[in-house]
Amino acid sequence: MAELTYREAVARAIAQEMERDPTVYFIGEDVAAAGGVFKTTEGLLERFGPERVRDTPISEQAIIGAAMGAAMNGLRPIAELMFSDFFAVCWDMVANQIAKTRYMTDGQVALPLVIRTANGGGVRFGAQHSQSVESWMMAIPGLKVVIPSTPVDMIGLLAAAVRDPDPVIVIEPKVLYASKGEVPDGEIVDRLGEARTLRSGDDVTVCALGAMVPKALEAAERLDAEGVSAEVIDVRSLVPLDARTIIGSVGRTGRLVTVEENPRLCGWGAEVASIVAEEAFFSLDGPIVRVTTPHVPLPAADVLEDAAIPSVERIVEGVRRALE
Amino acid sequence: MDATRTDADIQTRVRMYRMMQEGRIFEKRVHDLFLQGLVKGTSHLGIGQEAIAAGFAAALRPEDLVFCTYRGHVHTLLRGASMTALMAELLGRATGICGGKGGSMHLTDVAHRAMGSYAIVGAHMPIAAGAAWAAQARGTGQVVVCFFGDGTTNIGAFHEALNLAAVWELPVVYVCENNLYMEYTPISAVTAVEHPAADRASAYGLEPILIDGNDPDEVHATAVRTVERARSGSGPSLVEAVTYRHGGHSRADPGKYRPDEEVAAWLARDPIPMYRDRLLAAGVPAETLDAVEREAQEAVERATEEARGAPPPDPSSVGTQLWADGGSAWRN
Repeated sequence: MAELTYREAVARAIAQEMERDPTVYFIGEDVAAAGGVFKTTEGLLERFGPERVRDTPISEQAIIGAAMGAAMNGLRPIAELMFSDFFAVCWDMVANQIAKTRYMTDGQVALPLVIRTANGGGVRFGAQHSQSVESWMMAIPGLKVVIPSTPVDMIGLLAAAVRDPDPVIVIEPKVLYASKGEVPDGEIVDRLGEARTLRSGDDVTVCALGAMVPKALEAAERLDAEGVSAEVIDVRSLVPLDARTIIGSVGRTGRLVTVEENPRLCGWGAEVASIVAEEAFFSLDGPIVRVTTPHVPLPAADVLEDAAIPSVERIVEGVRRALE
Repeated sequence: MDATRTDADIQTRVRMYRMMQEGRIFEKRVHDLFLQGLVKGTSHLGIGQEAIAAGFAAALRPEDLVFCTYRGHVHTLLRGASMTALMAELLGRATGICGGKGGSMHLTDVAHRAMGSYAIVGAHMPIAAGAAWAAQARGTGQVVVCFFGDGTTNIGAFHEALNLAAVWELPVVYVCENNLYMEYTPISAVTAVEHPAADRASAYGLEPILIDGNDPDEVHATAVRTVERARSGSGPSLVEAVTYRHGGHSRADPGKYRPDEEVAAWLARDPIPMYRDRLLAAGVPAETLDAVEREAQEAVERATEEARGAPPPDPSSVGTQLWADGGSAWRN
């Protein structure tokens, strides 16, 4: 057992998989010699050499396209997209090519590849380096999407993503890179498509994702002092989605709050709310409440950014509304 | 013609003639079936451009990988894909090469290393680079050939892919089929240089290669040279082969935006009769070439009948093959 930061967990996960499987290669901008702009990939170049850990030009279409082509011809590439905002400059590769090719070819083409990306706000970078884009991925059939919230989940889910035969996008909330957690020794492999109940409760189900998970846990602590027992679920995997765990929880608590860093419209919580409304309607004892960033680009100034992203206080307030 | 060029042996040349005839007759049939409403949606024909696909196909090994565009019926066929399965795909049948899920713009036959027809202009340029990267990394000795149109030279992915291929010295040959028109607009009207691919080669440290795309011998000699360069580890090439499509951009587009004299001049340079004359002059008996044409005709006839006789896809297959487990479930 060791205490690792979330950023250290990224490098450990990649190293674990590259050690195990010689077809795993890793590319991205500034990932090799520089160790990544967020220092998530330090030491990989020294350990695995420049053939398997490669710096690329600032060419996101080429990075993601090359990962796809390599996966078509026998590699299991991991490609880093420095900021998730940059999906917008290579969206054709992701949405039209990677997501659709297996289906369009009726299963002839397998694409075992991983795209890792730093996502979300909390670091005052402004609107083009802070977006939470997970709902973009979720809207395209053919992409699996996971967001680990702890170092141990980072390792386990990234390992599962590398071993998965389909394209998987691993979204890393950049505000969590410095966070720490206990990580067991030895190989760690998780499963895609499983939510995790982090805290049991009777009065309300709070579903959170990524950087919102620690905030939801803190909100649950505060609510506990008010006599409200909140169950907190880390959704972890948007596609495949562990709807059963969420429906099961709402069946017991009768209330649902989603906590989403994404802007309001079409966030993942809307899909969760829709599933619960359709399939667990008669379990509900009150309205479903979604706590999200408002439908605006993320501003840069600390006061403004903090006002936009869901805070512990807003989560507590959202739960109170759900209980009214 | 390059005076120093050595033409391929006569067997290979007759084989290229057969390829061009098969491609031409197949696409003419596709056009007929489209006008009859049997091929639905859209189709982009390469009638007039067959020499490029044939010249390269004859220079490749089975393990080499080919990427092409939505104007890719012939390239896919010439890799060895079943003509019946291709026709069935165009007709939307269960026996189609992609089970009816791909259609005209997405023909793919991985078994024959026809790695896809790409319908978004330029998308396959970096993907082909990636396949070449895997070949290089795994030491497979494969070469990747990526066909694209002149319009592709003005999209960002073209630049990103060529730069990456050059920097990583990837075993890939990029082949621009310059048919002078990006869809409906003359490429010269929207491009800063005269030769949209060749004039840009120097930007990637590559040799400018400009060839007659209607001359299968010249294409083949260029293919042999560039494929060998890639296979020997000397890196990518960028070839511009000038050609002309006899028809419009897609579907029933009559191509009226092209001057009549221009069309007439290019029809007079139709690669198939020109090549026939050259092979006759080289001593190939007319009966041999007649037999090639007849056999191609029969093959297309047979493929069309077989494809038309096949059933439509089962509607339940809508939900298959999104994921490697064969299904499309996104939740439990």
